[in-house]
Amino acid sequence: MIRFLLNDRLIETQEPSGQVLLDFIRYSRHLTGTKTGCREGDCGACTVLVGDWHEGRLRYQSMTSCLMPLGNAHGKHIVTVEGLNLPNTLSPVQQAMVEEGGSQCGFCTVGFIVSLTGYALSTKPATYQNGITAIDGNICRCTGYKSIERAVARICRELAERPADQAMDWLVSHRFLPPYFAQIPERLLALQAQLPVEPAEHLNGHVPVPVGGGTDLFVQRPEVMRQTAIQHLFGKPALNSIHLADDLVHIGASCTADDLLHAPLLSQLFPRLPDYLKLVSSTPIRNMGTVGGNLINASPIGDLSIWLLALDAQVVLRTGTERRTLPLRKLYRGYKTLDKAPEEVLESIMFKAPGASAKFHFEKVSKRTHLDIASVNTAMLLETSGGIITLAHVSAGGVAPVPLYLSLTSAFLVGKALTADTIRKANEVAQTEITPISDVRGAAMYKRLLFRQLFYAHFLTLFTNQPDLHQLV
Amino acid sequence: MSFVDANTHVRGESLYLDDLPVVTGTLYACVYSSPVAHGRIRSLDYTAALTMPGVVRVLTAADITGENQIGGIVPDEPLLATDTVDFWGMPIALVIAESDETARAAVHAIQAEIEPLPVITDPREACAQGHLIVPPRTFRLGDAEAAFGACDFVIEGRADSGGQEHLYLETHGAYAIPLENGHIKLYSSTQGPTAVQRTVARVLGVPMHQIEVDVTRLGGGFGGKEDQANSWAALVSLATHRLRRPVKYVLHRMEDLRMSGKRHPYSSDFRIGLTKDLKIQAYQVTFYQNAGASADLSPAVMERTLFHANNTYFIPNLTATAYSCRTNLPSNTAFRGFGGPQAMFVIESAIAKAAEALGVATTDIQRANLLQEGDEFHYGQRAEGCEALHCWTDAEERFDLAQLRQEADDFNAHNALNKKGIAMMPICFGISFTKKWMNQASALVHIYTDGSVGVSTGAVEMGQGVNMKMMQVAAQCLSVGLERIRLETTNTTRIANTSPSAASATSDLNGKALQLACQTLTERLIAVARIKLGVKENQTVQLQDEQIWVDGQPGGLTWPQLIQEAYQQRVNLSEHAHYATPDIHFDTTTEKGHPFAYHVYGTAIVGVTLNCLRGTYVFDYVKVSHDFGKSMNTLVDRGQAEGAIVQGIGWMTLEDLQYNAAGKLLSNALSTYKIPDIYAVPQEIDVHFLDTPGSDYAIMRSKAVGEPPLMYGIGAYFALRNAIRAFVPDAELSFSAPLTPEKVLLALYPAFNPTLVPQTAGKASA
Repeated sequence: MIRFLLNDRLIETQEPSGQVLLDFIRYSRHLTGTKTGCREGDCGACTVLVGDWHEGRLRYQSMTSCLMPLGNAHGKHIVTVEGLNLPNTLSPVQQAMVEEGGSQCGFCTVGFIVSLTGYALSTKPATYQNGITAIDGNICRCTGYKSIERAVARICRELAERPADQAMDWLVSHRFLPPYFAQIPERLLALQAQLPVEPAEHLNGHVPVPVGGGTDLFVQRPEVMRQTAIQHLFGKPALNSIHLADDLVHIGASCTADDLLHAPLLSQLFPRLPDYLKLVSSTPIRNMGTVGGNLINASPIGDLSIWLLALDAQVVLRTGTERRTLPLRKLYRGYKTLDKAPEEVLESIMFKAPGASAKFHFEKVSKRTHLDIASVNTAMLLETSGGIITLAHVSAGGVAPVPLYLSLTSAFLVGKALTADTIRKANEVAQTEITPISDVRGAAMYKRLLFRQLFYAHFLTLFTNQPDLHQLV
Repeated sequence: MSFVDANTHVRGESLYLDDLPVVTGTLYACVYSSPVAHGRIRSLDYTAALTMPGVVRVLTAADITGENQIGGIVPDEPLLATDTVDFWGMPIALVIAESDETARAAVHAIQAEIEPLPVITDPREACAQGHLIVPPRTFRLGDAEAAFGACDFVIEGRADSGGQEHLYLETHGAYAIPLENGHIKLYSSTQGPTAVQRTVARVLGVPMHQIEVDVTRLGGGFGGKEDQANSWAALVSLATHRLRRPVKYVLHRMEDLRMSGKRHPYSSDFRIGLTKDLKIQAYQVTFYQNAGASADLSPAVMERTLFHANNTYFIPNLTATAYSCRTNLPSNTAFRGFGGPQAMFVIESAIAKAAEALGVATTDIQRANLLQEGDEFHYGQRAEGCEALHCWTDAEERFDLAQLRQEADDFNAHNALNKKGIAMMPICFGISFTKKWMNQASALVHIYTDGSVGVSTGAVEMGQGVNMKMMQVAAQCLSVGLERIRLETTNTTRIANTSPSAASATSDLNGKALQLACQTLTERLIAVARIKLGVKENQTVQLQDEQIWVDGQPGGLTWPQLIQEAYQQRVNLSEHAHYATPDIHFDTTTEKGHPFAYHVYGTAIVGVTLNCLRGTYVFDYVKVSHDFGKSMNTLVDRGQAEGAIVQGIGWMTLEDLQYNAAGKLLSNALSTYKIPDIYAVPQEIDVHFLDTPGSDYAIMRSKAVGEPPLMYGIGAYFALRNAIRAFVPDAELSFSAPLTPEKVLLALYPAFNPTLVPQTAGKASA
């Protein structure tokens, strides 16, 4: 039995936990405001808000219901546009979109309304940029976004007086939300108090498939997942921590990309992290996709895999109470082939916290800069002492059947002076390690050139007064 | 003034096809489509599918009761494949099941044995082998061949533009419900309700009056639902006809991408001749249109390509020839601009190449050749109300082109890794369907006894704001408030024989018909008022602001009272009116005539910043002076312009339709086919509404706006190209759109050759 709040109603359902939430909303509950656009998290027409307790407050995050297994709604407050409508009047978000002409054919509009209301509900400052970030997973084919940008500016002005904390009452009294929201915290607490720890699973004797945010699995095989017994890992507190212990950074496997973004420890270690993560998918997908899912999916261009490979991370795999630790670079054996038994579950990821003299950088280029899959991505961790490279880890995606740790290149760099000549020669080594193929994300030759450029970009970004591009090419 | 539909859009209450309440007993359809691009069907085995629980029936071509033919212009397109399959994704069979999920699962259980045949995806290859959809056509003005001899410079080249997926957010779909006596009520996500009705009747072998098509709105169309909506409507109707059950099919995105046609890719050869003073004396162009497997609208698209071969330039000697080439791709179709953008890309490429060869600014050639009042187009029409120069000079001055250039030059001088590029893009686009008979529309107005008004037209609302414009027309003509008016669904039983909502002309055609209907009603109502108020013959009676005025004074009769009175006087409160655009004609034997009611002009300045390390780019601005005429709704019109500009930039830059040599679509999902997101659009789009008189043929002198601004996007290509040339001044750049980050980076580093990387480097160093 899966139990959750859907708008102002309590839902109790026996439907399969591997059914996507979108289908449940539209076809079981007949709430047709939420639209089906792509079924792969790439358009945002199906965006809903997911409310849950987080660090002592009720937090709402936007998620694409087309990729969200119904089981992940268990114990949550799910909000569709119908749950945002006020009788006989428009909310300021809706009003702004109407008055600025932010809605043309209207099919994507609901997703924008939901995402922007999520922005109103967040504790982030009501800046224009934060408003735009909130809708970076919503695609519109009609407007060219300019009218939507104007609507965001208007909403920002409306939110200027919003209190920094405990804003729910203000939002209700200013009609951003219908009145029932005021009772949701209490109702959700009551609901969660009665919940079993897990929604009942339809095991039928099978080993359940561990599922995090579902953002890869439900793109690849939604029909199969609907029939599959699932072990829901998403949001499990035991797998959700980011902390430092014995000089090692530990990241729980079900941490999302958004969790990484908001972890003070990581912001401190990686000042450019927001820039890197902005290149990883979109806001709703970052709210759903987990680090563990990204690693286990083993996509050769997995952004977080590339990031963690350059940190020379280790993964902890658990079977029952047995645990084993494996360098991440040894996890990948071949295309989508892992050194992992089906019953093993990725529990956490660990890496040595980069020292004060270490420099880290991540680069990614895709056809579209944001909300796209990399043509090539790469990361590099480098330590130097007196102009000599003392430690180097380089990784790259999109250039091999697996997320690639460039062991020869990394080894080549160590002990060399940091000069244009070294960098050029390191690229030559790297070109022998990578084996890109031509596909829809680019021809092999382009990927080789792009890798070179991004490899150089690491140095040009990290060492601003070091070699310039013209010394390298 | 905002959109009438926006209030329900933002509440999620607007109904699209998949939102309609499902009728009890509804079955679900799913297409089994060809897994190869070309082949001969040896056998089809669906026995396993039939035995699956919940599967009701599998329909093939043998089940078609009428004609297995949906080709509109040329009868070359079977609804379901019989002997051969001609593209990857061609429908072969239709599974009908109790649930959507079951229908999709059953499709996977179908197997076809198909003997492969050679696959052609390149239009030039198709042309060389004689695979043409229709005979080629040539438009001529003067004698280009002779004129080249008198030119100081003659430059030749080739230009290629890629296809473009419409990516309407709402996928194709149709829902058929059986009524008594074999009638079918059909909901379709179509821009052309009559085309659907006609096609379904043909396939079922029933009269058109058996089929009622109803359209509330579309979640985007852009031309993709003009003729391409017909197949899904015909398929579900066939199932309903055979089974007498409601049948629904809403395509999944990947099905839609695989099976439906897109903007035509073109490959073209050009030859341009100029004098020393940069006047274009001669232009010769050959277009190879990639039509895909069947005609669909390709011949009409090809025709518009020929019309717009000169873009907005006067070229005294012009020869344009076009071939519509049959290939093994899904049948390409209408897409905003309808072949016009493809033609304009070629002439702009020719001008850019000439400018590079001559060492002058492209803008100097563009500026020197702009159309002027009275200039003859190569199709015989003369430029009337020509705004080409007005738009150009306004853009140049208003946005201070000289200053923009200076800023870009300064930036480029001080930045090694980033370069700016600027381009001007002037446009001229003809308004009318180029098939004369399609330039007609009708409207039906009912005034109910409480004074509320129901309006039906043939226009389909798909985001372009036509409902809002129709309401404005009705409100203004009847002098009542907007809240009294309701726009009805587009329905073939209320408005018959509609032209599709296309060619930017929907508001003009349907609005004019609506005006006529409202005028007749107003005249009738004024006659009623005269009788009721006993007005003398020499007194004037007007209807304004919901009341009757006599000699400019309130006459004591409000709108509701007037309507009641009219009803009691047994006066007809309904009116149906028909409009046909006057004065247009075209003779295809001479390829001369007056095909367009009027032209729309404009000029854009596009600026880009290119990251020369990564090959990525950001458009800084698109600044436009556009000829809207007397815009009747600036919110709608600005939205159309901004949306079209971004769609045009998408076509020219990141929207990359890729088929492999076997004809399989590789960019077959939103994860691989990228349209602009909010970060990908120009940082600034400044659309200036130029003060122009509009046209008598435009509704309320408010010019058509759907398509023309899309072509400003072509400026993005040339701005980007100029930025590349700022980094590699001597670059030999081809003209090949879209200019993806991949093409850009390879152009920035022409010397890169991975085979020169020493293959032993790794071993030696390790």
